[in-house]
Amino acid sequence: MALSIIESCVNCYACEPLCPSQAISLSGQHFLIDGTKCTECDGDYADPQCAEICPIEGAILNAAGEAINPLGSLTGIPPFKMAQAMAEIQAR
Amino acid sequence: MELKVLGQDNAAPQGGCSSGTCGSSEDGMGHLPDAVREKVHNHPCYSEEAHHFYARMHVAVAPACNIQCHYCNRKYDCANESRPGVVSELLSPDQAAKKVLAVASEIPQMTVLGVAGPGDPLANPERTFATFREIYAKAPDIKLCLSTNGLALPDHVDEIEALKVDHVTITINCVDPEVGAKIYPWVFWNNRRIKGAKGAKILIERQQKGLEMLLERGILVKVNSVLIPGVNDEHLKEVSRIVKAKGAFLHNVMPLIAEAEHGTFYGVMGQRGPSKQELSDLQDACAGDMNMMRHCRQCRADAVGLLGEDRGQEFTLDKIEAMDIDYEAAMNKRANVHAGIEAHRDALRAEKELADGHETLLAPLGTPPARIAVTTKGGGVINEHFGHAKEFLVYEASPEGIRFIGPRKVENAYCVGPDVCPDGAEKGTVLDAILDSLSDCSAVVSAKVGIEPWSQLEAAGITPNGAYAMDLIEDAVKGMYGDLVDQGWSAKDLHVQAAS
Repeated sequence: MALSIIESCVNCYACEPLCPSQAISLSGQHFLIDGTKCTECDGDYADPQCAEICPIEGAILNAAGEAINPLGSLTGIPPFKMAQAMAEIQAR
Repeated sequence: MELKVLGQDNAAPQGGCSSGTCGSSEDGMGHLPDAVREKVHNHPCYSEEAHHFYARMHVAVAPACNIQCHYCNRKYDCANESRPGVVSELLSPDQAAKKVLAVASEIPQMTVLGVAGPGDPLANPERTFATFREIYAKAPDIKLCLSTNGLALPDHVDEIEALKVDHVTITINCVDPEVGAKIYPWVFWNNRRIKGAKGAKILIERQQKGLEMLLERGILVKVNSVLIPGVNDEHLKEVSRIVKAKGAFLHNVMPLIAEAEHGTFYGVMGQRGPSKQELSDLQDACAGDMNMMRHCRQCRADAVGLLGEDRGQEFTLDKIEAMDIDYEAAMNKRANVHAGIEAHRDALRAEKELADGHETLLAPLGTPPARIAVTTKGGGVINEHFGHAKEFLVYEASPEGIRFIGPRKVENAYCVGPDVCPDGAEKGTVLDAILDSLSDCSAVVSAKVGIEPWSQLEAAGITPNGAYAMDLIEDAVKGMYGDLVDQGWSAKDLHVQAAS
């Protein structure tokens, strides 16, 4: 039972001080969660703290490998709108 | 407290000067209590006059944020872009302190260090205050500032006071949670992400509480607001009324910057920013209530130098490492340079006061106003070539006097290098962007204007002028207005510009 941070992490440090298990550290290119320490905040908080404050959609995965904050859930930008805008920029 | 309004005194006595940048009261801040004027007189971000002479820097020590704003994208990191919240290099408090001491030694005009991100300084209190503590110990003459969204502000007022941080900026975009829900998708509060109006309500309450706590302790507070057309434009008048009534000394309404390529909610969803005229109209409307700020450059969170410039590239970590700095000597040098600047400002002021007594109308009453752009490298004089300018300061002259409207930034200067001018299609694009940013102006006054842009400016209805090189900006603007009147120029309808 552990969460993980993937490479889309932007190294904003927001999660690191919140972790009740000191499981998060900056390692190499981005922050990582030590799976042996992570408790998913069970017993400490209602929701995992790193995923609650993380501003980057898709950067934190649950134990099943699914994004806790999926595309569009934090910015409010509908994924198709984002895809459309990116396609327009590419086409320029 | 009766607040005299800057530069909005259209019924100025004949022969007086109604400009926000001129007149016998320092920097048009004569209505502020002496203690406040003393605090801001050499602060480039707060005093419009001071920004011609003094430099500031931001250090990017605060990456974390506790809220999301629709005009911000936390993925952004770019060397070529100039927006708040954008930085190239995150610093540790130690590195930041070293950088500040290096800059303050190399640029003795520096008076102010600010922490403004790239996240929220108070969402990173350890990093922010460690930086301040080190600067306070080694360079006590440097003023410390911070800029915050306000969510964590009430928790840190004691430390702000203890470290003598006497200038705090709070970004307040609304006082109504329903408006807030359209600006802030979530806030992180009491260990939970809280979305929508509920989150916005918490943020608003904390901002107002923090504002009150700072003011109770005599800490100067400026309020920043981002003008978002159709979202908070009308509402900002109420924000202005409220923060003024509580005692904020300055309100800075900034235009929304939103482009799809920034990947922000507003950018992607096609929310537009305000036109130049919408911004200046709203600033005028709010000015009816309080002191407005018009010279803001919306700096990056790692900007260095005078407000119009960014010398960050001269102070990257590897370059700082190689510098050998004598703190004591640097502080003495700053004191001397600042004394020189003050002597110069005193002399200018004395000259102005002498002239004010004899001043007549700039043009016959009833003559329409004209906007005039100038280019400067600092020092309050016309000393920048048109081709080198990446920003233009726009003034409005009317028979009663002149007032500052605001800066206009362009991405590229007309000339590529000191002696290199662009060619082909690129030249057209660069000049078009400049002409567009000056569309409401009737003239542009520079130290020098080249032959090619000269004719293009004329064709666009903007009279170029190089005759006021090295003159004081204020004198040049007045002189140029007189020239336009003498030439019988065709005045631009400044309200029609709102449509463009």
